[in-house]
Amino acid sequence: MTHHHKIARLDPWAHLRAYTAARIALGRTGISLPTDEVLGFGYAHAMARDAVHRPLDVAELRTALTEAGFDSMHVASAAPDRATYLLRPDLGRQLDAASISTLQQAADKGGDVLLVVGDGLSSLAVQRHALPLLVQLRALIPPTWRVGPVVVASQARVALSDHIAELMQAKAVVMLIGERPGLSSPDSLGMYLTYAPYVGRQDGERNCISNIRPEGLGYAAAARKTYWLLQEAVRLKLSGVGLKDESDVAELVDAGMTRLEEQN
Amino acid sequence: MRYRHTVGAETYQFRDLKDLLAKASPARSGDYLAGVAASSYAERMAAKMCLAEVPLKRFLEEHLIPYAEDEVTRLIVDTHDPVAFSEVSHLTVGDFRDWLLSDAADTAALSRIARGLTPEMVAAVSKLMRNQDLILVAGKCRVVTAFRDTIGLPGRLSVRLQPNHPTDDVRGIAASIIDGLLYGAGDAVIGINPATDSIPALIDLYYLVDEFIRTFHIPTQSCILTHVTNQIQVMEKGAPVDLVFQSIAGTEKANRGFGISLAILQEAYEAALALQRGTVGQNVMYFETGQGSALSADANFGVDQQTCEARAYAVARHYSPLLTNTVVGFIGPEYLYDGKQIIRAGLEDHFCGKLLGLPLGCDVCYTNHAEADQDDMDNLMTLLANAGLTFIMGIPGADDIMLNYQSTSFHDSLYLRQLLGLKPAPEFEQWLAEMEITRDGRPRSIDPTHPLLAQGLRLPRAA
Repeated sequence: MTHHHKIARLDPWAHLRAYTAARIALGRTGISLPTDEVLGFGYAHAMARDAVHRPLDVAELRTALTEAGFDSMHVASAAPDRATYLLRPDLGRQLDAASISTLQQAADKGGDVLLVVGDGLSSLAVQRHALPLLVQLRALIPPTWRVGPVVVASQARVALSDHIAELMQAKAVVMLIGERPGLSSPDSLGMYLTYAPYVGRQDGERNCISNIRPEGLGYAAAARKTYWLLQEAVRLKLSGVGLKDESDVAELVDAGMTRLEEQN
Repeated sequence: MRYRHTVGAETYQFRDLKDLLAKASPARSGDYLAGVAASSYAERMAAKMCLAEVPLKRFLEEHLIPYAEDEVTRLIVDTHDPVAFSEVSHLTVGDFRDWLLSDAADTAALSRIARGLTPEMVAAVSKLMRNQDLILVAGKCRVVTAFRDTIGLPGRLSVRLQPNHPTDDVRGIAASIIDGLLYGAGDAVIGINPATDSIPALIDLYYLVDEFIRTFHIPTQSCILTHVTNQIQVMEKGAPVDLVFQSIAGTEKANRGFGISLAILQEAYEAALALQRGTVGQNVMYFETGQGSALSADANFGVDQQTCEARAYAVARHYSPLLTNTVVGFIGPEYLYDGKQIIRAGLEDHFCGKLLGLPLGCDVCYTNHAEADQDDMDNLMTLLANAGLTFIMGIPGADDIMLNYQSTSFHDSLYLRQLLGLKPAPEFEQWLAEMEITRDGRPRSIDPTHPLLAQGLRLPRAA
C-alpha cells in the first residue's frame, strides 16, 4: 500500500538499510511515524501474537510425520491452556496425569536418542520447521542408533523433555521447540539437547541451537550442528557447559579435507 | 514479629514484615508465582491498612533477609544515614505517604532525606500510593549526574541510543547509531547489547562508538553491555571504556546468579573511575534492573518482587551511577502479565529509584507473549515523562532485532519532547543545533550531504 499524497517526510539515508534489518530511516510526519510504518509494525506484532496464541495443530503435524515415515505420540503438559501456560512455567515443565500413564506404557521406547517436538512460544515455528529439520537429522543419524518415536508435546516448556525422556528411559533427548517470537522472527525454532535426561536437570546441562528457520540457521546446518552435539554428548557422556559447540571448527576441517581429497 | 489488623468483624494476620509487604503489593503475576501474594482483594487491602500503621523505624529493626546471610542487607544497614532519616523517623508508613505528598516535601527536603531511607521503606510506602501519587512525588525529586553531559536537569529527557545488531555487525550498528543521532537521540549513552562474549570483538565495539564520539565531538558516553568481568578485562587491555554496565538484583544470591558480588562491582567502579574519561562529571556506572529477577534466580527469600527491586537500587546507589535503568517488561508475563501490571511496575520503580536518589530511566518495553502492545508503551512513557523520568530507550522503530522485544523508538522520544516541552541534556542540545540536526529544539530536514551521512560509515577499525 502506498499513499499518493506525500505528506510524510522521507529520510535521505534509506541506503543504510542495506547494513541492518533494524527499522531505520522510517521517515516522519511531524515527529511521528508515517501511517505505513505504524501499520507494518502492527502487522508484525500481530504475526508474533498469533504465533504465541494459535494452538499447534497436533493432528496435522502427526499426519505429516506419519507420511514422512516417523512414528509419533502425543502428550500434554500440566498447563491446561495457554493462559495458565504463560503464567505458570512450572506446569509447562511437568506432564499431565494422562500423559504420564501413556508414557509409562512406553517405558522402553526412548532409545539412544528421543526426538521431542514442543509447541513452546511459537506454534508457527513448529508447524513450519520441525518436520523438515527432523528429516535432515534422520538422514545423519546412523542406523545402529535406536531412535524413539517422535513425541509431540502441547503447552510445553523445554524441561518437559526431561520428564518425557525419563519415563521413556532415553539416553539423550533432542527437543525442538518454538522460541519466543520476535517482531521480525515470529517463527524461530530452538533445539535443546540433554544427555542422560531426568526431572531436575538444570538449563546449564543442555546445549542449545537457536533461530532455526530459513532466514536464520537453515535446516541442513541445524541438523549437522545437532548431530555433532549428539555425537559429542555420547562421547563425553554429558551435555551443557562442559560440551563446547565447536561444530563450526569441525565443519571447516571437513571442508578442508574435502578440498584436499578433490585435489588428490 | 506478627502483624494483625481488624476491619469490622474480620481480623487478618501476617506472619512477619515481608509477608505483610508482599500481601500489600498491588496484584502481579510474579508474586502469585512466588506464592507470596494476597489470597483475596480484602486481604490485600487489610495488609495495606496494617502496613500504614507500621513505623518507618520498624524497617531498621526487622530485616527482611537476615543481616548475617545477605551482603545487600548489610550494605543497606551499614550505609543507612540516621541524620538524614531523623526528619521522617517519627512517621508511620501511612504518615510518610501524607508527608511525601505535602508541601513540606519539596525538592530540597526529598534530597536531604534520600540517604536516610532504606529500599524497604520506599517499597512499603509505594504500596499505599496510587499511580498519581507515584508520579507526583517522583516529579519533585531531582537527581543530577554527569560524565560528558549533564543528565537529570529539570525539563530534560535523555535517551539511550540502543543500536543492537544480532551478529554485532559493525556497519549494521553504525547505521542504527547514525539513524538515532539524526533523530536527536543518544544523550544518555550510546549503549550496545552485544551478541558476543569475545574480548577482541567487544574491543572493536568500544572503538566503533568511541570513534563516532571523537570524530563528531558528541557530548555523550559509550557503553557495551557485557558482563562486568569482561569490562574489567577490556579496561586492562586499554580499550576506551566510558561507562561500566552491569545487571544487578536485590539479594546476594540473585547477584551471585548474575556472576557478581559487591566486591566485583567495586573493582570495576574503581577501574572506570581511574580512567578519568568524563569531562563534566565522573559518574561512571550504568546499572540495569527489573522486577522478577530475584525470583527467576530462586533467590527472593519470600520477599515480593517490587521490594526486591527496590533493594537493587540500594546496590546501584552505592556506586553513584550516571544511569540506572529498570527494564520493566522484558522478563515476561509470568512476572508482569499485562499492560496494567507493567505500567504500575514502571511507575513504582521510577518512584522508588528517585526517592532513593538514583538517576532512574526506564526501558518501557514488553515481549510478544505478554498481554501488552505499543499503546501500553505509549501510556507508560507518557506517565513517566510527566513524572520527570531521567531517560528512555531509543531503538530504531522500537523493535530490538537482537534481543527480540519491543521498547521505545527515536520517534517516541521526539513525541515526549514535543508534547511536554522536554529537552535533551544541555550539552547535547547544543551539539544537535551545531550539527544542524535541530533548530530551536525541533528536528530539521536532513540534507544527504550531512557529515554523519557523508563520513559516518567510514569505520576505522571495522572495515
